[in-house]
Amino acid sequence: MEAGQRERGRLRIEDAVKFYETRGTRVLAVDHCSFDIAAGEICMVVGPSGCGKTTLLNAIAGFHSLDGGRITLDGQVLCGPGQATAPVGPDRVVVFQNGALFPWKTVLENVAFGPTVQRKLSPAAAREKARHMLADAGLGGYEDVYPGQTSSGVRRRVEIVRALMNDPAVLLLDEPYRALDALTKSVLHEALLEIYAKNRVTIFFITHDLEEAIFLGRRVVVMTTRPCRPKRILEVDLGYPRRHDLVTGRRYRELVLETTEVVHEEALKSFQLGEKEG
Amino acid sequence: MSIMSILKDDDLPEQPGPVTREVKLVANPVTPPAKPAPGLVLVERLGEWFKGPKPYLMVLGYALALAFWYLSVEVLRWPRFEKMPGLTQVFHEWWSREPTFGLSLHTPIYYQHIWVSLRRIGIAFFLATSLGVPVGLLIGWSRTFREFVFPVFELLRPIPILAWVPIAIIVFSGSETPVVFLTFLASFFATALNTMLGVRSIEPTFLQAARCLGASRGQVFRHVVIPGALPFIFTGLQISMGVAWFSLAAAEMVSGQYGLGYLINTSYTMVQYPTIIIGMLTLGVVGYVTSALVRWVGTRLMAWRNQALATG
Amino acid sequence: MDLHATEGPAPPSLQAGRGGPLLAPTSTSTSTSSTSTTTAPPAAASTASAPGTTGGALPAPGPGRARRASFGLAASARALVSRPRRRALVSYVVLLAVWQLGATSGHWLGRPLPWLGNLPAPTAVLASWRHLVFDSGYWSSWVVSLTRVLGGFTAAVLVGIPFGLLMALGPRFRAATFPVFELLRPIPPLAWVPASIIFWPTQELSIDFVIFLGAFYTIVINVLGGAEAVDGRLIQVARSMGASSGNVFRRIILPGVLPSILVGMEVSIGVTWEVVVAAEMISGGGAAGSTASGGGLGFFIWNSYVGGSYPQIVVGMISIGIAGYLSSTALRALARRLTPWLRVNG
Repeated sequence: MEAGQRERGRLRIEDAVKFYETRGTRVLAVDHCSFDIAAGEICMVVGPSGCGKTTLLNAIAGFHSLDGGRITLDGQVLCGPGQATAPVGPDRVVVFQNGALFPWKTVLENVAFGPTVQRKLSPAAAREKARHMLADAGLGGYEDVYPGQTSSGVRRRVEIVRALMNDPAVLLLDEPYRALDALTKSVLHEALLEIYAKNRVTIFFITHDLEEAIFLGRRVVVMTTRPCRPKRILEVDLGYPRRHDLVTGRRYRELVLETTEVVHEEALKSFQLGEKEG
Repeated sequence: MSIMSILKDDDLPEQPGPVTREVKLVANPVTPPAKPAPGLVLVERLGEWFKGPKPYLMVLGYALALAFWYLSVEVLRWPRFEKMPGLTQVFHEWWSREPTFGLSLHTPIYYQHIWVSLRRIGIAFFLATSLGVPVGLLIGWSRTFREFVFPVFELLRPIPILAWVPIAIIVFSGSETPVVFLTFLASFFATALNTMLGVRSIEPTFLQAARCLGASRGQVFRHVVIPGALPFIFTGLQISMGVAWFSLAAAEMVSGQYGLGYLINTSYTMVQYPTIIIGMLTLGVVGYVTSALVRWVGTRLMAWRNQALATG
Repeated sequence: MDLHATEGPAPPSLQAGRGGPLLAPTSTSTSTSSTSTTTAPPAAASTASAPGTTGGALPAPGPGRARRASFGLAASARALVSRPRRRALVSYVVLLAVWQLGATSGHWLGRPLPWLGNLPAPTAVLASWRHLVFDSGYWSSWVVSLTRVLGGFTAAVLVGIPFGLLMALGPRFRAATFPVFELLRPIPPLAWVPASIIFWPTQELSIDFVIFLGAFYTIVINVLGGAEAVDGRLIQVARSMGASSGNVFRRIILPGVLPSILVGMEVSIGVTWEVVVAAEMISGGGAAGSTASGGGLGFFIWNSYVGGSYPQIVVGMISIGIAGYLSSTALRALARRLTPWLRVNG
């Protein structure tokens, strides 16, 4: 299996608890959530809107604090008792739902941003590396274009390249393909797997789309409605690399069948509670 | 009958095995179309514009307004209007080489007044921008700075600028400084406030993205906050320019020597009515041109925005 | 903008007695994981909690689930001396101190400081104010200014909103009138004062006209902007449901433009005050005739200056500031009542 091929990026979530305040009331968002992610694994987190999965991602990234439990990365504590908020850093880069490419910088400048500001590379060297990585991802030719001039599919891919420029231990993806149409999505899935084949970075991917999750992931964690905790963890034994016609295969369909009821149950609950989207 | 109904479960293909050869996805970048020479674009746009009803309606609008002015004052002589300077009178005066009241397009004194006002605006606007943008950025960005400075800022802001006139005269000696100070004050508040709003309007995800890419707070400020706030800043600068003219005109009318506001005021006291209108129209034109200048600078600085909006 | 923004720790007393359905989803979980109760024990939360962040990526709970917690006295007291307020207080004190020291620098420094030294001292201003509170002339100035502001503002609203809407909805009307409007707009309202005095029979009317002009421009611009921003699809939806043009206007466009109109009104009331003060000063002290009438706080300030009572000037300035602030607040409260749908928990 691929898990042993990589040394870093082993995430461990132990008993995570998170409240948030709204209009003077405390509401539980994450409820004693625990699961592991092996180094170099694609772990998909599926759950209804607003269940708290983004909160978990934010806690890993260091944007939010944790009220209980802890999260460790390769044995080092990110956040936990004594240090409620993880430090924000390039070892855990986030790719955001609505995209966060800087509109005022060209694609090349965006991609070269990380190593440049960290002073890991000189600006020229960073740009060279950026050019190389963009070409590798099939995005050569876009360097001097502004993000606003490209399609959202291209933007997503550029953002992933930008993240990977920093050689992160974990790549955190917060429903990055949510706003895209199904056709673009399927192409982007393949593109992501292509990148993964070269990089083997640990991927923590949040989605509400079960089929996307099973197509991409090595493990699929199905979360309950808020407050979230793992309801079901699915091992996807489809191997890598994967092609888009995987979805027509029997094993894939079996996996979907297994998990569909569970997901639907939570979706119904979420609907009845009238959750607003996160 | 659909395929799915024909195929039974057993007929479904086994899981496709792992692919051995690499599938490479190459995107074909859409090269942005070569930008035509700006002159050509302008001519093309003008041509299109002239085909529609807009330019004719615009001419109609102006014509009606001018006709109303002309008719009400000089032809029909309506009760209140007859005391106003008429259209022909004003334009005759404005164009004449020997103006009755000594001021026209051909007299140097006209340009003196314009120059004095422009100079005051220039100094005040420059100072207000140099101070207002950094202050606005800091108020928006630094919690400490905001908590200390913003309360005083909001305390002083509601006081109308002209209410400061007597104090300005008392505090600053001379006749130039109070006028420039008042203009500066009005401009400063507008610029700082809009800059602050610009900072606060930046999408938090941009800040988060920069942080998790390893940028320090200072780098986030430089690479994200400043470019991100720029659109708001320029809107603020345009507003600030308008406010500056407002205050300048008022300040010149109350105190000070020379300048367009002063011109309007003295023309009234010296019963040189057509010159009043000349002053007003000049003020309008100069004000408009300076605002357009600010807007133009903004458009040049934010090229990324225009390109994005153009290709959409 | 702090990423780890904290608004101060939530008082632990909030959780007391608030357990139960508030903190947990109403459905019982059928999860295969261990059946833990879904209410969080308050004790654990408060000991383990770091100052929580408000908001973030989480949605508001569904209707009926969140109830406003009553803030205890302890919470209010804490809010009163919160850090932002303390800091604000510090800045006010510093401002006053600098002002006082600067104004009296003639005394304790021997030589007055260049600019600050010319200011009337805060103590003198306070004394002047104590005196003025009993002066009916002072209060009538308030009334005169307020009346003018209200009058001009209302007129601008009554004329400006329909005019703006006409421009927004009638592209031909707009094409004809907008260029003239834009040409006249850069002319500061005050520049109209002499022309206005020539035209109108009474001084009061001439001042009111200028005030009206100032507010009028702002409102029209904002109405235009607001109308453009109305989502065209809402109009289509209404039409597809068979709404007549009149209904579309009343039920879709008007409420859609309302927020912008209200913002425009808020901005223009500020402009109105500016113009009122300016017009009062100019008509009172400018060359546009020094008639005894005029009144209003602007005139009061100018008069104080001419009469040499400098501390009174500052009283006048502060009074106008307060009056302007009150009118803005009143307008904002009105805006909130008229647009309840904007009061979403964001």
